[in-house]
Amino acid sequence: MGAALNPVLEVVLRSVSVLTAFLVLPLVVGQMEHKVMAHMQGRLGPMYAGGFHGWAQLVADGVKFVQKEDITPRAADRWVFKLAPAVALVPYLVALAVIPLSPTVVAADVDAGALFVLAASAVGILGLLMAGWSSANKYALLGGMRAAAQLLSYELPLVLSVASVALAAGSVSLTGIADAWHPLWLLWQLPGALVFLVAAVAELQRPPFDMPLADSEIVMGPFTEYTGLRFAFFLLSEYAGIVVMSLLFAVLFLGGWRGPFSDALGPFYTLFKGALIAVLIIWMRVSWPRLREDQLQRLAWLVLVPIALAQLALTAVWVVLSS
Amino acid sequence: MTDHQHSQGTPPKSRGALPGLLKGLATTARTLAKPTHTAEYPDNQPHLPPRTRGVIALLEENCTSCMLCARECPDWCIYIDSHKETLPATTEGGRERQRNVLDRFAIDFSLCMYCGICVEVCPFDALHWSPEFEYAEVDILDLLHEKTRLGQWMPTVPPPPALDPSSAEAQEITAANKPPRKAPERKAPEVTT
Repeated sequence: MGAALNPVLEVVLRSVSVLTAFLVLPLVVGQMEHKVMAHMQGRLGPMYAGGFHGWAQLVADGVKFVQKEDITPRAADRWVFKLAPAVALVPYLVALAVIPLSPTVVAADVDAGALFVLAASAVGILGLLMAGWSSANKYALLGGMRAAAQLLSYELPLVLSVASVALAAGSVSLTGIADAWHPLWLLWQLPGALVFLVAAVAELQRPPFDMPLADSEIVMGPFTEYTGLRFAFFLLSEYAGIVVMSLLFAVLFLGGWRGPFSDALGPFYTLFKGALIAVLIIWMRVSWPRLREDQLQRLAWLVLVPIALAQLALTAVWVVLSS
Repeated sequence: MTDHQHSQGTPPKSRGALPGLLKGLATTARTLAKPTHTAEYPDNQPHLPPRTRGVIALLEENCTSCMLCARECPDWCIYIDSHKETLPATTEGGRERQRNVLDRFAIDFSLCMYCGICVEVCPFDALHWSPEFEYAEVDILDLLHEKTRLGQWMPTVPPPPALDPSSAEAQEITAANKPPRKAPERKAPEVTT
């Protein structure tokens, strides 16, 4: 379709659609979390905003955040402090742009898509470090340090498990990996998939891996000093992260757009599988308590990294034998 | 069997983290499938038990301004003003009577701690618990309610709950059913000189 369009117009169109998805999908996930979490705890969740079962709750929250005063602490490193939310948010927007919903429905088809998404989402972490360092607050600094330690240890199993599927598919392109996917992968890539899921949740610092935020210990970690729109951006980046990681999981391990019936349904399959993973991430948050810092590190280095390495070896042997 | 030989303090042997994790997931999933417990209050009125301590209502006719409630109140939130009125004698040559007239009866619900001592202590049943609870105010000073407002809550006071079948009869009924006392047989007073 691109050939007929003016290239400038096409770029604008693609950017706008990615931006729309970036603004809508995290809100959908956030609302889903409100509702699923509430019902898992025997509550109803938001019921008023927007009329029907509180569908506009997050929009109302956004309006509220906009109205709040934007405070910068006097001792803060002003520019770093103000830039941090953007640094946390924008990488997920970039990552979302290259994740394909189907071979044709993708904003920017990058050859090394898997690598690109991992690299981009790793930059988002920098935003947390910047926030923690620049806030001039002990809790924020502690949270920032915890975030750094956690992200350093969980980046490795994440990359290793992605390397395993890339090796199995013989491609680092997301489209290529999903095209090479076979239902048998569900079985022999299962350890890698589990490692990826756990590491992704840890990377997003979602409960049970929310040591850096740990509101009962260090207030809100790196976000302690943030107010208003900047705080909302951090929250949005968390939900955008869930969207990116869920869709990435769907494309890498669940075959993305592969499914019965028509190929035209492809994008819906990808979104549906991603939604399932997002529900799973929410479910884990509701069910499990927070890990202690030492348990967190132990899990990464003594469990996830060995499993990911074993998975990588298994995949390598399989690929060599079957070729 | 070797488990029994462990000293009391040691925890039972752990079966790893997995069963616990799965149990947690199962619990939340089961709760998700069940109906919620949320009572949507402004839309649906709550079902309150009969002895709910919502607000204290005043039956003004019963009040004798005896001040017992005001004196017993632990945080002194009851205000009573009264004056004495002299009633003319009802019969010729009779004595004039005095009675208390209640001028002001107010309860400051910003101080009240809903202990119910005033209701307990009132000898004439002038104070009652009402389950009405929707009397929030924007300004804390507006929570000082005068006797007209306290009287308006009187219709919302539920009738007292029935006694237990095996309980003793109420004091009033026992007293009414008592056979009348025989008049003591008196001898005619001897006139002493």
